[in-house]
Order: sequence, then C-alpha cells, then structure tokens
Amino acid sequence: MAKPLSDSVVARGFRAILAAAVVLASTAPPVLAVDAQVKIANFTFDPPTLTVKAGTTVTWINADDIPHLVSEKDGKFRSSALDTNDKFSQTFSIAGTVEYFCAIHPHMTGRIVVTP
Amino acid sequence: MIDEVNPVSEPSEAEDGPLRLSRRGALECMVWAGTGILWTLSGGVPKSLGLIGDALAAEASAFTFLQISDSHIGFNKPANPDALGTLREAIGKVKELVVKTRPAFMIHTGDITHLSKPDEFDNADQIIGEAKLKVHYVPGEHDVIDEGLGKAYLARYGKGTMGAGWYSFDDHGVHFIGLVNVVDLKAGGLGRLGADQLAWLADDLKDKSSSTPIVVFAHIPLWTVYAQWGWGTDDGLQALNLLKRFGSVTVLNGHIHQIVQKVEGNMTFHTARSTCFPQPAPGTAPAPGPMTVPADQLRSMLGIASVEVRIGDKPLAITDTTLAG
Repeated sequence: MAKPLSDSVVARGFRAILAAAVVLASTAPPVLAVDAQVKIANFTFDPPTLTVKAGTTVTWINADDIPHLVSEKDGKFRSSALDTNDKFSQTFSIAGTVEYFCAIHPHMTGRIVVTP
Repeated sequence: MIDEVNPVSEPSEAEDGPLRLSRRGALECMVWAGTGILWTLSGGVPKSLGLIGDALAAEASAFTFLQISDSHIGFNKPANPDALGTLREAIGKVKELVVKTRPAFMIHTGDITHLSKPDEFDNADQIIGEAKLKVHYVPGEHDVIDEGLGKAYLARYGKGTMGAGWYSFDDHGVHFIGLVNVVDLKAGGLGRLGADQLAWLADDLKDKSSSTPIVVFAHIPLWTVYAQWGWGTDDGLQALNLLKRFGSVTVLNGHIHQIVQKVEGNMTFHTARSTCFPQPAPGTAPAPGPMTVPADQLRSMLGIASVEVRIGDKPLAITDTTLAG
C-alpha cells in the first residue's frame, strides 16, 4: 500500500507549525491577548483545546487536501468551506468555553477556552 | 491488500450456498475486474457474478443499472490533478456498458463536486451527461458546502425530492430509495438522516410488500464502517430497522473511495470506488484524506459499478470495474 499522505501535505503541515512557532516567538509581551491559530491537519484540530484571553482572534488554517468547515456546535458562528490553506478567523470576547466542530466531518471537534 | 479493502467482518456461519456472496468471490471479482460494480438483484440476496463477462452473458431480460460515486470535480491535489479526466474515463466505461448491457439508469452516490461550486457542477453535468442515461443523485458532504448549505445542489438535482433531497422511485418491481445523510450534522457525530427523513422513510415503506426488493442508496455508509474516521451514520440503524422485514435489501454507498462489502441476513452492503482518488483502508493512515499513489496505479483504484437485477429467483450480483482495464 502506498504512503497515505503526500509529502506535500506533510511539508505544508510542517511549514505551518514553523510559521506558528515564529509568530508565537516574536509576540511580546505575553500577558497581552495574542492572536492564536488552530491548524486543521489530518482531520483534526490542533490544538484540540486552545486557551486564549478574551478579545483574542483565533485563526483556523486548513492544511488538509480536503475542505473543512469550522462551526460552533450550535451554529453560532460558521466558516465557509475552507479549501487547502484557506483561513477563517473568529474573535472571542466573552469568557467561557466554546465547543466547535467540522460541519462536514462532525467527528472532528475542538474547544476554545476563553479566559477573562 | 485484500484485508485492507475489506475490513468489515461478515457473518461467520457457513451460509446457504447459492445466495451467499462469499468474501472470496467478491474479492476475486474485484481483483479481476479492477473498475466497476455489476449488481444482479432478483428477489433474493445478492451474489457476485464473478466476472463481468458472466454478467454480460445474462439473459436479455436482465435489468441493469450503474453506480458511480465521488467524482469530486474541482479536486486538483497530488492524489489526482485531473479529476475531470478520470471522470471522463469512467463515463467511457459507462458508455461501453450502455452498449453491452443497456442499463436502465445510473445512480451517483454523492460528492459530485469537491467544493459545491457552480462550474464544478457544470463540468460534472456535462461529462456525466455524455452517458445519455437518466441519473439519480444523492448529495455528498462536498455537494452541500455552498453558502446556502445545499441550495445549489437542490436547485440542480432536487426536483421531485423531499427535504434535503431524499426520494424514492420504482423500476422493474424494485423499490429504490435515495437518502441524504450529509446535512445538519451534529458535533461529535457521524452522518445523519434526521427525524424528518426517517419519518418519511417509514411512511414510504408502509404500503410496500415485504417481498418487494429494496435498493437504498446514500453517500455516507448507512452502517458503521469505521467510526474513528466518521465512516458511518448515527441513525442509520433506525433506517435499517425499517427495512428489516424486506426479503432483499441492497444498500449502496460511496464516501470512502474503496470497496467494502458485507452481508447481514437479507441485507447486502456495498460501497463504491471513487472516480477521482482512493482513500486509505480504515486505520491504515493517520487520517482518511486522499491517498496519493504512483500515477500508474491510480486507475486501478478508481472505478464504476454495474448492478444487474433479474426478475425471478436468481440472486443479485455485483461487479466492480476499475478504470485500469
């Protein structure tokens, strides 16, 4: 059986990790709300639980070869279909836990914990 | 390879010979044919004819229909940069079967497009239309991701359907049911039919004699193939329970881009190959996404299906044919 993933997917995912690391490393001071990213790869949200301060804008980026659609579990927010490398951003201004999923692959779930 | 493409366990008891679709028989058929599914359905449990040649030799009274699935028009990633080209090849196979077996119609079990875009639907329609066959569609999750979450699909294929696009029709004494399990999905779940569709199904079946052969088709498998990858339908069992009393039920799905088959009582379950790209066998990869294989192997993993229905006591048979032959 052939390799399940093309090298390009892996490479793209790796580049996305590096990009995220660069963003995090270059952001200061850490006490302020920083924009955050969730990578969608291999049909999972990474990280599956992300903790951010209120006011943070979270950006999802799709690193898969298949589209995904980020949706709050009751549809309170919803992206359009995200093709490969497409992004979707949502700002979280109220403290609490937000559950979301991929509306076309609903076994994919994630959580944003928003702290005051 | 064989175990990977056929991960679902089958009934273990030694069954009633002639009506039993043996795992080995199905696999030999796949290995031999490499591109389509030929079904023969007649009043009983399905049986593979083994070779497409056997099917072609069947009586002229045979009733045949075809299945294609997961054409993903618009997909252009390394797993298949030419989705239109492979669909065109698949329709070429369909045209050959149209000449040889005169199928009554074709079903498309969803993911016609990759991103529900108008030009993707246009291109798919144009190529599929070249077969000059009536096509009965059900949507895949990739066909309902337009801004209207399915409005674009319904505008094209929804005439005469209910809800998100489900419907039934009768042909040659067989009752066909097209179900939709790709809309209004719930967090943490699998495919979903929903209460409205199940109520419609119960009503649709209530006046049908239990001897009526049933063919039900939907995009995501109605039984659980592999929950970890979302390959199943949360309330699929409710639909199957409504179908239990029927003597012959054939369940045709797509979505997983590979053949998986099982027989359970009077029900036969079968998933079709994609015309676009293969996906890994359950659990053999980190995720169920497109599987990139060497270019010279791709066509052996794509295909179409042909289903033959013969009236009488002959069993149903399935033949899969790849694009490689």
